[in-house]
Amino acid sequence: MSAGVDLSQFYETFFDEADELLADMEQTLLAVDVDRPDPDQLNAIFRAAHSIKGGAGTFGCFGHLADTTHLLENLLDSVRKGEMGLRKDMIDLFLETKDVLTEQVAAYRNSREPDQQAYERICSQLRELALEQGAAAAVQPAPAASSAPAVLAPAAAAPAVSASAPLDAGLPFHVSLSRIKPQDAQALLTEMGLLGEVLHQQQGPDALSVWLRSTATADDLEAVCCFIVNADQVSVTREAPPAEAVATSAQPPAASEPAATEAAPSTPPPQAEKPAPAGKAASTKESGTIRVGVEKVDQIINLVGELVITQAMLVQTSSTLDPVLHDRLLNGIEQLERNARDLQEAVMSIRMMPMDYVFSRFPRVVRESASKLGKQIRLTTHGQATELDKSLIERIIDPLTHLVRNSLDHGIESPQTRIAAGKDPEGHLVLSAQHSGGQIIIEVTDDGGGLNRERILKKAIQQGFPVNENTPDDELWQLIFAPGFSTAEKVTDISGRGVGMDVVRRNIQSMGGHIQLSSRAGQGTTTRIVLPLTLAILDGMSVQVGQEVFILPLTHVTESMQPTADQLHSISEGEHVLHVRGEYLPLVALHNVFDVKDAQTDITRAIAVILQAEESRFALLVDHLVGQQQVVVKNLESNYKKIPGISAATILGDGSVALIVDVFALLRMTRTRNAATLTVIGETSNVE
Amino acid sequence: MLNKADANQGQVDDTGKEFLVFTLGEQEYGIDILKVQEIRGYDSQSVTRIANVPSFIKGVTNLRGIIVPIVDMRIKFNLDSVEYNHQTVVVILNLASRVVGVVVDGVSDVLMLQPSQISAAPQFGTAFSTEYLTGIGTVGERMLILVDIEKLMTSSEMALVEQAVAA
Repeated sequence: MSAGVDLSQFYETFFDEADELLADMEQTLLAVDVDRPDPDQLNAIFRAAHSIKGGAGTFGCFGHLADTTHLLENLLDSVRKGEMGLRKDMIDLFLETKDVLTEQVAAYRNSREPDQQAYERICSQLRELALEQGAAAAVQPAPAASSAPAVLAPAAAAPAVSASAPLDAGLPFHVSLSRIKPQDAQALLTEMGLLGEVLHQQQGPDALSVWLRSTATADDLEAVCCFIVNADQVSVTREAPPAEAVATSAQPPAASEPAATEAAPSTPPPQAEKPAPAGKAASTKESGTIRVGVEKVDQIINLVGELVITQAMLVQTSSTLDPVLHDRLLNGIEQLERNARDLQEAVMSIRMMPMDYVFSRFPRVVRESASKLGKQIRLTTHGQATELDKSLIERIIDPLTHLVRNSLDHGIESPQTRIAAGKDPEGHLVLSAQHSGGQIIIEVTDDGGGLNRERILKKAIQQGFPVNENTPDDELWQLIFAPGFSTAEKVTDISGRGVGMDVVRRNIQSMGGHIQLSSRAGQGTTTRIVLPLTLAILDGMSVQVGQEVFILPLTHVTESMQPTADQLHSISEGEHVLHVRGEYLPLVALHNVFDVKDAQTDITRAIAVILQAEESRFALLVDHLVGQQQVVVKNLESNYKKIPGISAATILGDGSVALIVDVFALLRMTRTRNAATLTVIGETSNVE
Repeated sequence: MLNKADANQGQVDDTGKEFLVFTLGEQEYGIDILKVQEIRGYDSQSVTRIANVPSFIKGVTNLRGIIVPIVDMRIKFNLDSVEYNHQTVVVILNLASRVVGVVVDGVSDVLMLQPSQISAAPQFGTAFSTEYLTGIGTVGERMLILVDIEKLMTSSEMALVEQAVAA
């Protein structure tokens, strides 16, 4: 078909599409109601399998993928035609097949051969299921045998047996067309006649089934049909015509053809408009998105960042001009400012992805964990449409999966325990996401047993954490995030190894966010993750020390004040603490940390910015506050390396570079420096 | 390859390599011109100091939206006079996907050197360790010290690249 064209350039697109289709397939499979499957959903699953098979077949070098999807497609086809009842174990098998397919796609993407064992196993399972179904169909004589082809109902027009061996070339083609208009049926039959020998045909009010012996390929047949009808109305498989048809096929095909043609015009076109909406939805989805590499988007973001800086420079320069003389120039600059800001927002939104991308993987996790743990769990998600930066959304998956697993494993109790506690035996897990002032809040809530205060306390004391009976809940809960702390009674393969929560917290912190936990015994636990919307832009407070400007992330700034002499307490040579409303805060002078010359050394004339990092607070001494602004975060590591105490850099309006302070690192740096002194203060404040 | 180079040596000059010549104090140095991205005047206002780094790292600057570290070679190689005047320039180098700026006393020339004009680097006790030298170039009366700038800039000595065993 495509000889001479190098298809390898399309591989990447195919893999991406296949991944998307598989993800869709999984979602739909999970959504299907086994007892009353929605035909639309079944069709959607079938189409996904069909598209992958088509793609894999076109390239001709993804044999395993094509074979596996072919088997899956056959089964799905029988299911959607109602010849095969849907059962839960079938859904499980289909889900498993989906996993194998995903692995196969990944293998092909990395130019490896897919796992042969997995392939053979899944194929034999699929074949078994097909045989089982074939046997069932044999017991039930096909209705086609008794009824005349022309009066068949559309459902019955479908074939009885699906091929048990993949791509059996010896069998004729079965072209089944649905939702077609009678006048099209005639045209289609003529086309089929041109392509090969029509063995048998069945025509319903709006469906047509043709068995054809032809030298053309299935794709050719489909392509021909697509001239007349939509692709989703056509399905081409290889299978034997119904028993009754084999007998008639001995007669010249012309004998049955006139009968069908006569019948066709007399049949009213029942739902002629029906295909339209489906076709339309499919096409808008197709043309509504465009696949672009992330590097390209990042490049645009960088360029727009440049534009914004240049524009800020223009504003700064033009501010000295006489507004009367330069009226038009100043107007233009103002216009530019607005446009640049809009453009920046628009470009940033390209990188934004809905949380659905993350949430959609949890129904599967919940389903599997629940059956493994013998629990009944219902999952609800809110705010799937909430958008988050792509880089963050990818990094949130692991921590969130961990939290969900924790809730499933330790949070929600077994049905018996729940009934005993007077609760609904079915546990409820809620995932939600919402925007709140430049941040996104993601919550994992379960209605399980809550955190066990006694157990955590016992464990904490055992492991030598400085806690006692009077430690407040909030402080105790924080221990869960300490390295090596786990309260699980037994280690399961889902969670409980005591690594994890500290990793979760570290991951969240590295994304510039923080994590909170609240819990009520017997009522459940809520874990709340607060993240910035994007890593590319940061709300910062610019501060000046000497002649240098630094940016403090605004999320860490709680307040700023000018220290008075009576608030200051000297604890050792050059070390001070600041007494603010009963709290002793260690005082860190930024000019000491970054060795800045000409800084304000008189503490009472400087400004103390109170920062919150992890669970501790400290005061940072700077000369002046310059202002709050959004800054574009620029990576330092790309051309240089990590600077201690600095997380990144940004470019200010005048084109100069300002460094963004890493508050966590600052805390750690000072901690190691005054470890001894801090413990002393810690004890004093506990006594108070 | 060798034969071809030998054959060409006598007559044609297209086997030569182009070098950017810059001065540090009295001495002229040559670096492969293909590593050079651009040359800019030095503006101390636009360089942001970084704390707790060796003194030869002047800081970082904004090069059209890219944050670029600036290294002063004169400080690195203990030259007597380190002045910043209108002749002081920054050579922006493009090395293995990194961009680095190098402050030198001035850029004088771009010269084409034939293999015959390049002799092996002697073992002498200059600022540059012989490890980073590719040879000595001779152009008339001038002597150029040819530096493997890529090797030098990515060395642990320059502390510009995150080392595997960094502190």
